[in-house]
Amino acid sequence: MCDTCGCNVTHGNRHLIAPGGKLARVGEQSDAITVLKGLLSENDHAAAHNREHFDRHGVLALNLMSSPGAGKTALLEASLERLQQRYRVAVIEGDLETENDAQRIRARGVQAVQIVTGTACHLDAHMVHGALHQIDLDSIDILFIENVGNLVCPASFDLGQHRNITLLSVPEGDDKPSKYPVMFRAADLVAVTKVDLLPVLDDFSVERAVDNVRALANAAPVLELSTRREDSLQAWLDWLDAQVEQHRVSCERGESLRPRVQPDGAHLHRQAL
Amino acid sequence: MHEMAVCQGLIDQVEEVARAEHGRRVARIELSVGPLSGVEPQLLQQAFPLAAAGSLAEGALLAIETAPVRVHCDECGHDSEAGPTRLVCRHCGNWRTRLLSGDELLLMRVEIIREQAYV
Repeated sequence: MCDTCGCNVTHGNRHLIAPGGKLARVGEQSDAITVLKGLLSENDHAAAHNREHFDRHGVLALNLMSSPGAGKTALLEASLERLQQRYRVAVIEGDLETENDAQRIRARGVQAVQIVTGTACHLDAHMVHGALHQIDLDSIDILFIENVGNLVCPASFDLGQHRNITLLSVPEGDDKPSKYPVMFRAADLVAVTKVDLLPVLDDFSVERAVDNVRALANAAPVLELSTRREDSLQAWLDWLDAQVEQHRVSCERGESLRPRVQPDGAHLHRQAL
Repeated sequence: MHEMAVCQGLIDQVEEVARAEHGRRVARIELSVGPLSGVEPQLLQQAFPLAAAGSLAEGALLAIETAPVRVHCDECGHDSEAGPTRLVCRHCGNWRTRLLSGDELLLMRVEIIREQAYV
């Protein structure tokens, strides 16, 4: 009697091995399929689509990221007037709730589209694409995308932006680049904000903050800004000028400007595998 | 906690692969997730059954392999192990390095079931 030819199957025990029976064997053949694709490829696809849109219309798209309250909206408010002397600007605001930030931007005479994410802790490329339908890209030069205040999740989603700007406000402490390495590694510019508080919060060392950014192998410029000191904003405006120029040159060459670190580094590794 | 969103993207991709290969269901999914990907493997494991419910991947085993953080030094040319918050060269201490691995968020392999019961 054996298990191979079925000679051990009788009328009495057949029900045990029938489908659904106690001793039924499910002979399943499983096949492994190698994929090697980024997990966020759907988002990345939409992001590439956004980037194409921006490039076709000559719009520089900048992704502003930071913890809540680091001063993203305040930085925009403080620089919009001077920026508008040279560029046409629009802003996409991402928040879990309220239109507060968009209203603050509109009060400066600048077009702002609010994305209310509900429970989502980050913007993704699809949300930005939806907001783009409300903006005439031919009528602007720079689009600021103010991400949801969060030092973790926004770093993982490419939106189609050309540059990442990460703010670090003095009250947060100079160790944040080490605590949130994914976010600070992705920054093309680190803006230390609220530096007018440095005399009071003297345990914050700009030098240490810079060292922590460099330890992430990130050579991004680190600017010291205060919206209460207009002269401190000059370096920020100069950096923006340089990005507009770089974007113009790369568009002319038919190339696309990209953040130094793509949220999905998988593209690079795939070649190495 | 954006792992749920990542997981939903994963299920979409896995189902796409399984359908293209005429799979009835998915038995196993293999991912490679680096510490610098911004995605926490443990949270991904927790989110997976919720995202997979009702899909071809329901009940599948999710295997996550964590890639080590490794950098290449542009100064001395050496490759070395690094930590997620310290991507400096172990050999010469230079911080101008390039990441070799550690930020991957990859769907490596999908194991599908094609045939069903025989007696």
